[in-house]
Amino acid sequence: MNQNWKEQLYEPMGELLSVHNIGYDEELISIQDVNLHYTGQAGKKITALENINFNIYRGEFICVIGPSGCGKSTLLKILAGFIKPSTGKVELDGKKIEGVDWHRGVVFQNPPLYEWLTVRKNISFGPKMRGIPKAEYEELTDQYLEKVGLTEFADKRIYELSGGMKQRVSIARTLINDPEVLLMDEPFGALDALTRENVQDMTRKIWWDTNKTILFITHDVEEALLLGSRVIVLSKHPGRVIEDIPVNFSRRIIEENAKDIKFTEEFYKYRERLLRRIHEQTA
Amino acid sequence: MRTSNRTIERCLTVGTVVLILALWYVLTIGGIFSETIIPSMKSVGQAFVKIVSDGYKGSSLWMHLATSMKRLLIAYGLVVITAVPLGLLSGYNSKVCAILEPVIEFYRPLPPLAYYTILVLWMGIGESSKLCLLYLAGFAPVYISCVSGVIRIKSDYINGAYTLGANKRQIFFHVIFPAALTDIFTGLRTALGVEYTTLVAAEMVAATAGIGWLVLDASNYLRSDIVFMGVILMGITGVLLDKLIRVIENHVVHWKGKN
Ligand SMILES: Nc1ncnc2c1ncn2[C@@H]1O[C@H](COP(=O)(O)OP(=O)(O)O)[C@@H](O)[C@H]1O
Ligand SMILES: [Mg+2]
Repeated sequence: MNQNWKEQLYEPMGELLSVHNIGYDEELISIQDVNLHYTGQAGKKITALENINFNIYRGEFICVIGPSGCGKSTLLKILAGFIKPSTGKVELDGKKIEGVDWHRGVVFQNPPLYEWLTVRKNISFGPKMRGIPKAEYEELTDQYLEKVGLTEFADKRIYELSGGMKQRVSIARTLINDPEVLLMDEPFGALDALTRENVQDMTRKIWWDTNKTILFITHDVEEALLLGSRVIVLSKHPGRVIEDIPVNFSRRIIEENAKDIKFTEEFYKYRERLLRRIHEQTA
Repeated sequence: MRTSNRTIERCLTVGTVVLILALWYVLTIGGIFSETIIPSMKSVGQAFVKIVSDGYKGSSLWMHLATSMKRLLIAYGLVVITAVPLGLLSGYNSKVCAILEPVIEFYRPLPPLAYYTILVLWMGIGESSKLCLLYLAGFAPVYISCVSGVIRIKSDYINGAYTLGANKRQIFFHVIFPAALTDIFTGLRTALGVEYTTLVAAEMVAATAGIGWLVLDASNYLRSDIVFMGVILMGITGVLLDKLIRVIENHVVHWKGKN
């Protein structure tokens, strides 16, 4: 896939490709020949994913984009362990993924936060369930409250929070378990533009500071480019990987404080390229 | 805007009550109806004062009320500690549901007094058949709302808890139970109402004490003043019981209706 891409490169992208996998050479998850069929109405077979093959390396921030209904959530559910692939293999650290496990944290589009608990208790839910001593998880909770900027809101109820704050709580309560990989399914899709930019910045910073491996699903090309270290495009139903490219805008936003990177020509070219790829699909 | 609407509604409520009382008063001044058909407000008041001070047939009014409340609360307590866990389990585990559902689906539509006769046949006319009757009457609504409460929980709530490291048992206590609380309380409120009406009816059929028995006994002697007093007392008690459970609900399910 990368080879095709290379051939059609615009000038500035040539350099970019050379950063592929720098620092990301430790394989964490391998997805091999994965197909997934759902059984639809009247027993009809629906192929949601077809022949998916790629590896996820430790520390990568992978953004998966693709038209609606192409199987993005299905892919995430397989990685989370909610469903099993119909054929093929998914392994984490060489071990087959079976069932749900806190080593693979999930952030949902509509965060299923527990209304009966305060912000603080929502965040400490994981460690508490896992039997971590109270003193320890309370200290951790304070740290993560600060990390997502909600220290002042620690004792608020969930219904007192805005959509952006809820997503922050959701991220914090997943991160506090220190999972191997963070799986996020269109987490910011329902937020307004300003809030979205805030939580995007936060997510990028967390990724950078903690070296977490993230798989992030979005339907927003710009979001994918602004966050990811790699962008994967799925074809329309049934989903196949039709593009898999390294990008470094996110890193540059942090390292070079390049806040306006999305107004550069280079960014624009990437965006156009990916948009065209997706539109070819829906046309 | 909202507050002024609230004030208007308050006035309408108070107005209705005042109107009914006024109507009652007017109907009884001219002596149009005999005291047996509609006793005057004054005689009902006097009956109340007399029974409060002298009791009725050897027992105080409070004793009758307490007898009724004791039956109600024991049966209700048994419902709370059994129907809630069984209902939640049934919602969580389809096998438990398969066992319990046919039984409950069968007796639920029956009027409680219909199977009361069987219970009396088995346990006699004493307290145990009454407790059993109230227990059965209250069990079904609580059980059913617990089942539907669990079924309504979004799968992300449960999946989310698994991804955070909770096990099946923890999810039951820390997610399923609190998430179903809104529905649990709906069931508990219905059950309290059903049990209360069933109680009064059962006391009228077979009892020697209790507020229901008091009313029935007085009616045998055409003491309408006492009957009216008893019915009003029952009404007030019913309203207070419902208020009480609502206060508890608002306290426990403080997030209800928000968001
Ligand atoms: N449980 C299911 N049963 C049957 N079909 C499903 C189920 N879940 C998803 N699908 C179908 O699989 C395809 C991929 O769905 P999904 O992974 O949710 O797509 P996306 O997240 O990219 O919008 C869609 O065509 C959808 O209709
Ligand atoms: Mg989706």
